[in-house]
Amino acid sequence: MKETIIPIGPFHPLLEEPELFTLKVDGDTVIDVDVRIGWNHRGIEKLSQGLTWDQVPFLIERICGICSTSHPYACVLAMEEICDIEAPPRAQYIRPVVAELERIHSHLLWLGLAGHFIGYNTVFMWAWKYRELTLDSLEQLTGNRNHYAMFKAGGVRRDFSQKAMDFTMKAMDETEKATKMFLGAVLDDPVMHKRLKGVGVLTYEDAIQYSAVGPTSRPSGVDHDARRDDPFDAYGISHDKGVWKAIVLQDGDVFAKAACRILEILESIKIIRWCIENIPDGEIDAGVKEIPAGEGCGHYEAPRGEVFHYMRSDGSNFPIRHKVRAPTYNNLPTYKATCPGAHIADVALITASIDPCYCCTERVGVVDKLGTKHILTQDDLTKLSVKKTNEIRRKLGKTTYDPYAKMI
Amino acid sequence: MAFFYYLIFPGFAFAAIVGLLTAWFDRKVTARVQWRKGPPWYQNFADVAKLLIKEVPVPETANKGIFLLAPAVALSASAMAAAMLGAANINWDYTFTGDLLVLWYILALPSIMIILGASASGNPLSSVGASREMNQFVGYELPLVIAMATVVFKVGSVGLGDILRFQAENGPILYSASGIIACIVAILCLQAKLGLVPFDIPEAETELGAGTFMEYSGAALGAFKLTKAILLYTSPIFIITLFWGGIQVKGLGILWAILKYVLFIALFTLIRNTNPRLRIDQAVRFFWVNMTILALIALVLMSLGY
Repeated sequence: MKETIIPIGPFHPLLEEPELFTLKVDGDTVIDVDVRIGWNHRGIEKLSQGLTWDQVPFLIERICGICSTSHPYACVLAMEEICDIEAPPRAQYIRPVVAELERIHSHLLWLGLAGHFIGYNTVFMWAWKYRELTLDSLEQLTGNRNHYAMFKAGGVRRDFSQKAMDFTMKAMDETEKATKMFLGAVLDDPVMHKRLKGVGVLTYEDAIQYSAVGPTSRPSGVDHDARRDDPFDAYGISHDKGVWKAIVLQDGDVFAKAACRILEILESIKIIRWCIENIPDGEIDAGVKEIPAGEGCGHYEAPRGEVFHYMRSDGSNFPIRHKVRAPTYNNLPTYKATCPGAHIADVALITASIDPCYCCTERVGVVDKLGTKHILTQDDLTKLSVKKTNEIRRKLGKTTYDPYAKMI
Repeated sequence: MAFFYYLIFPGFAFAAIVGLLTAWFDRKVTARVQWRKGPPWYQNFADVAKLLIKEVPVPETANKGIFLLAPAVALSASAMAAAMLGAANINWDYTFTGDLLVLWYILALPSIMIILGASASGNPLSSVGASREMNQFVGYELPLVIAMATVVFKVGSVGLGDILRFQAENGPILYSASGIIACIVAILCLQAKLGLVPFDIPEAETELGAGTFMEYSGAALGAFKLTKAILLYTSPIFIITLFWGGIQVKGLGILWAILKYVLFIALFTLIRNTNPRLRIDQAVRFFWVNMTILALIALVLMSLGY
């Protein structure tokens, strides 16, 4: 049989964001897959270098609408490493609550989408219905349903009110019930088993080799969680007290990934409850005035995996370099291991199973006419710019006076 | 008279109106299950009306004749099926020997036309959809025929009128063990014929982006939508006719008939809302192994007199 190329994307009902999967198929079986991103570049890293330290977290939140706390979390941890300070105790308990609520809403969102991808629209609607509770809690606690604007270097911007915390505790009870319902009714459904088990298996070796992170790697047996392995804020204490644990499963298939996420929701609920019950009184802001020269890294276990931020300061108002590495960047190449040999019908599910977030991931990249992809360096960009300038000069003709022509 | 039967009642016009209302009922119930509001009752009529007045672009790669003929044939076939079933129910003598077999062929036509139209469109995703539709078609026809054979052997005739008369005299076929099993098989096969979850594999919005219907728009798509609506009306009537004594128009019979009809529609809706989409190989295995065995059990039970 002839090989057929089936493009999924760049704009496709399956995808919420623009990206292109080129599937080489033989009949209904996928032989190879090529993933191409680069439709969504927004130049966040460059923008960040033009903002003051205080403004950066607001911008970083907008990297992703779903991980809108994970990115600022990693970012302020990087800033705090430069300053060599820690947030005050109360802030250290406020941060995990916001971040874990975000994890719950992200995982419920994923669960709904996964249901939609396999045509189970009831799960889609139900998961999103219960997600509302989490969003309501976030609204009560932070004032925003999304983009909470809570994080700053050395603390948080707003305190929790007792009323909001009570509301959250109630909402968590409901969410726990709903999550257990999903765990029972959805994951024990025999038709679901048929669709999810043994599909898109990512082996332990592949997970290590492709450097997969988060709920893409943990179901493959990779025991890694940034919150536990490099403890910060209230995460370390709560884990030592046995409040929560990292979910590690062994099968590596889509079913394990779904189960891992649902179980993580339950762990997140435990963290939130513990933090709210044990929250100390006191300041919420260390009052950082200046960021000294130096460099710092911050990483946080985002819902999709470890997110990493690197920042460098020269003691001025602005970061002079800000590098973001989103978890999807690591997880995307695992398609090469999981998609070949799969049925076309499963590819939608496998690609969704890493919970990809392209707007987090996009960095500079161009696709030339032959279809080869390059990553542009600073030199390349400068060369392109010079070329364009020369082109404009040529069009304008020799009459234009240009004092800088000789310098280039 | 035949034209009136075919075009107005109980054929095309009636079946289309009831079918679209049924599709609305299905959507509304689905919406309520999913905590949504759901569309107003005229939504499907508005959709089809809007589609019918729109332009019909034909892709350059398509075989124009087959591409445009397919929806027309599918629509007329489904209207024919509705007319035959309705006519047989209204008057048991309005039948001929072997019309059940003819009906079976006519009910197969829309699926075949969908395969033809999708293949003619020249779109790779459509052709994947067409190949899936073909696999699924081959899958569900076998158990469906065996389930129908259970009824036919029990009655001893291949005429719709005879089946209805037999049930009027001896009680509905559904009230026996073999009848129940054959009816379950028929319901699941028709679920696949209607292309509802878990058997919406050829369309698979999130995998193939409407698959078989991808290149269709305007009146051609409207014709397919109408076909689906008419089939949604025809399928429960088909099951009721074969297994549950058909529709009695006299007196309270009409109320009872509506109850039966709504019950089957609710069953279709329930199945479609509590299952994820199967993969094509799983669906074919489901029909060829599970359903066929079940249908054969029904056949054996029937021959033993249960």
